[in-house]
Amino acid sequence: MIDSHILEAHHLVKRFGDFEAVRGIDIAIDRGESFGFLGPNGAGKTSTMRMISAVSQPSDGTISIFGLDPRTDGPEIRSRLGVVPQEDSLELELSVRHNLEMFGRYFDLPRRIVRERATELLEFTQLTERANDKVDNLSGGMKRRLTIARGLMNRPEILILDEPTTGLDPQARHLPWDRLYRLKREGVTLIITTHYMDEAEQLCDRLVVMDQGSIVAEGAPRSLIERFSTREVVELRFMTDDHEEYFERLSPFAERVEVLPDRILLYVNNGDDTLRDVHAAQITPSSALVRRSSLEDVFLNLTGRSLTE
Amino acid sequence: MLARSLPMIGSRRSLRVLEHNALVYRAQWVMLLSGFFEPLFYLLSIGIGLNKLVGPLPVHGQFISYAKFVAPGMLATSAMNGAMIDSIFNTFFKLKISHVYDAILATPLDVTDIALGEVWWALARATMYSASFIICMAALGDAGSAWVVLCWPGAILTSLTFSCVGLAACTYVRTWQDFDLVTLVQLPLFLFSGTFFPITLYPQWLGEIVSFSPLYQSAALLRGLSLGQFDWIMIMRAGYLLAIALLGLYVAARRFKRILAP
Repeated sequence: MIDSHILEAHHLVKRFGDFEAVRGIDIAIDRGESFGFLGPNGAGKTSTMRMISAVSQPSDGTISIFGLDPRTDGPEIRSRLGVVPQEDSLELELSVRHNLEMFGRYFDLPRRIVRERATELLEFTQLTERANDKVDNLSGGMKRRLTIARGLMNRPEILILDEPTTGLDPQARHLPWDRLYRLKREGVTLIITTHYMDEAEQLCDRLVVMDQGSIVAEGAPRSLIERFSTREVVELRFMTDDHEEYFERLSPFAERVEVLPDRILLYVNNGDDTLRDVHAAQITPSSALVRRSSLEDVFLNLTGRSLTE
Repeated sequence: MLARSLPMIGSRRSLRVLEHNALVYRAQWVMLLSGFFEPLFYLLSIGIGLNKLVGPLPVHGQFISYAKFVAPGMLATSAMNGAMIDSIFNTFFKLKISHVYDAILATPLDVTDIALGEVWWALARATMYSASFIICMAALGDAGSAWVVLCWPGAILTSLTFSCVGLAACTYVRTWQDFDLVTLVQLPLFLFSGTFFPITLYPQWLGEIVSFSPLYQSAALLRGLSLGQFDWIMIMRAGYLLAIALLGLYVAARRFKRILAP
């Protein structure tokens, strides 16, 4: 068989007791592709990540990574993977540099190589000046960058990132994004989970939307938006405790109307036109916003729930 | 064959965990140093102090000073404490608080390598500490005979037993409060295991219960070695300690797998 996909999974299932965290998903990822798992907390993303990083065994189904089987070739697979877990899990008592060097040693790299790569990766993640500081003293963004650097110590062919920028300030997210983009250009296959739609749109060539352990949609970010949402969205807020009461009156103005606790969303092709029509019908929201559809809207349409709740 | 039936043999990679711990401890050399002072404190306080008050004791028909009686017991206790504290506290921290093991599992190492690596580390420490203890013993005149050098492997075996037990125990610890339970087990073990006085002083039924204590078996083994009183039962004692070690390691490896890679 020709190894066309760098990673393939068929009917992947993960059970914890009676609870089915992952319910029979299929994935095929190409070499050099940047692939995303989008979904809210508890969608089964992390369980999936742990299976495809050859750490936990699937309860059912098969995985092939580099054409190898994680059940028998776990160490070989893991030596070619980089993993950036959701929790940094850094060695707080060690210096920044020692964290990288020690991690490299787990891959049986000689000390000289480990030192060279640590220096290189500190530069890459802009941590050179903090090389001798204890990890405990780093900011959240720096810890994240160090965790990314750590995941690159073995020069992985696939880098798996679980929520790479969750918990970071908006401005602290740009540096990791830029570095991941560079890796992608160098041909590293990226697998990313996120519940941020902007992250998925920035980084992913293709993604699957996961909900309650299943894949509910798959495609490029743009094409998912085209398929599962309208071009624009009008967000209206009213002075009311229950936006539901506006549902009937606004339905005629849009292809689809979603009522959220604090606002109401109208899915339309031309937001400005719709807003004008709404005002003409003597409906006066306390605030109104026209924006382009995003993956958040795709998710809302597919599951009836919001991503970040 | 036994090795094959136990899912815990791990690989050469487990030595990386040893390397890792050594690197972490290099940053905390004070803790490492305390391991060398501890035996001196034990021997000075109990050995010298009580030796003045307590007369010679009969052991196998031979009268020996109290200091010579108690020193191997202290060595066993010190080996137990060192191994238990390191394998319970530090491993718990890495297992459930800092998630260092989760990071290691993303490398070619697997769960059994981690468990085994922690045991290597315990043995490396025990090798250093027990050597310094035995040197102190000899220097203070508390060694029963020149055979005391055999206490070295004996103490390392003791550390192996308790580090494997500690490794298994730490996987059941949920919060820091649970460590009180560890003390609850450790303290009576220390007080009743015939480390301070011969268990022949107990009523027979109590003596029989105490003989199940691995600390008692270790103390008796080390005492026999220190005095050069060799006996077939010492092989039984060593076998008992080894069996508990293997059981502990087996449980630890299984529990590690359940916690880290469910």
